[in-house]
Amino acid sequence: MAAYARTETHIEVHKFRLWAVLGVAVAALLIQSFLPVYFPRARMLDLPLLITLYFGFSQRNPSSGLLLGMMIGLMQDSLGRSAIGLYGIAKTLVGYLASSFGSRIDVEHPLSRIGLTAAFYFFHQGVYNLIQRVLLGQHENFFSTNLGIAAGVNALVAVVLFPLLDKLRLPS
Amino acid sequence: MLAVPGRHRSVALLTFVLVAQVLLLAGQIRQDEHQVRLIRLWAVGIVTPFERAGTWTISKIRGTWSGYFDLVHTKQENGALQAELNRLRVQNTQLKSEAAEGQRLATLLGFRDSHPDAPMAVARVIASSADGSSHTFYINRGEKDGIRRNMPVITPDGVVGKIFEVFGGASEVLLITDKDSGLGALLAGTRIQGPVGGTGDPFVQMKYVSNDETVTVGQEVLTSGEDRIFPKDLPVGTVTEVKPGSPFKQIRVQPAAHLDRLEEVMVLLMKQESITKPVSTASDAAPGGTSAAATVKREE
Repeated sequence: MAAYARTETHIEVHKFRLWAVLGVAVAALLIQSFLPVYFPRARMLDLPLLITLYFGFSQRNPSSGLLLGMMIGLMQDSLGRSAIGLYGIAKTLVGYLASSFGSRIDVEHPLSRIGLTAAFYFFHQGVYNLIQRVLLGQHENFFSTNLGIAAGVNALVAVVLFPLLDKLRLPS
Repeated sequence: MLAVPGRHRSVALLTFVLVAQVLLLAGQIRQDEHQVRLIRLWAVGIVTPFERAGTWTISKIRGTWSGYFDLVHTKQENGALQAELNRLRVQNTQLKSEAAEGQRLATLLGFRDSHPDAPMAVARVIASSADGSSHTFYINRGEKDGIRRNMPVITPDGVVGKIFEVFGGASEVLLITDKDSGLGALLAGTRIQGPVGGTGDPFVQMKYVSNDETVTVGQEVLTSGEDRIFPKDLPVGTVTEVKPGSPFKQIRVQPAAHLDRLEEVMVLLMKQESITKPVSTASDAAPGGTSAAATVKREE
């Protein structure tokens, strides 16, 4: 899962050990399913999405970003009740786009992390709802107050979480 | 062989992965939706041991934390307290924590004892759904414990949901608040019937009650038994809001069970039950217990 150095850009590409990426992904899924038992409000968090975004931004390799997004999304689907593939498709696209963004703009600054995380949260939910509507015939609102609050909360958590995950980077 | 430029490879991979997942979704629509998929079986199998360990660890941390917190508090107020007294206080806190758990379990046991004809299994909640849009949770009882799909899940306070999927040592419970959930219900007193369905919010909604019917806030809603899943006359909730609608009333119901604070639940190990006599509370059997559902008796 190591990312590869790119010669055409000066933006730094970060590498991670494979076990670190997989371990963080599985831990995020575990926490995601475990936390709401004790803190029901934690349901608005989407840790698997934050992990997909982080590794996408850092590795800046669209192929590994989309594959990681797909793996995390399918695992999230399989631990929930929804049809398998809904989160898979949404997170595949998020992983791909986050990696593409990461190789073009600065995603290290906390403000850009807040903005991008909130934007990707809306995008992720939009894709999820669109697939539900088109493929499964289930109609969900594209925007609600709760969605806005959840986007803000996830963005703030990302600002705290991403620097912690930075410690997993291999020295360049 | 045709050479693919590097930047186009990721687009090709993206297209392939998306098409594969769309086909996966399409396959599920065509399949029997109640079939447990292999990927789900694996995922739950991998995650469940960690969740069991997590539940155990959290309960231990809770006990230790409350003990430490009490100790600091005591130390601030009574600097002169001796070590022996501190030890006894910590022990006392731990015992209180255990007693609280014991009381909860006694309430469940009391309910169970008061319904000897209704076979049931007490289960602990070990995790919730990783999918934020669905209202489900996992319990530590599965196929090995005799749990089967569509078995009712309740607490002494009222209806919780039904078994949605069964795995070896765990099961997934669909809460009554889930938007895909539904059960047959009636209003206590007037016996007006109408299905109750989840909306995805903490409340549920009673549907298809005519505007001509009289429904008042505070009325109790019970299971009707019409869905052939839940036994008759179990508490579902209380009416909190009634609005005239077109063509039916809009009735909002607050669930009787505390669905956001579930730690232990009971699974009724039966398919079709009916009530023979309303009543017998868990508090009769367990001092300090909460209100209980009505007595159930097996028909078959």
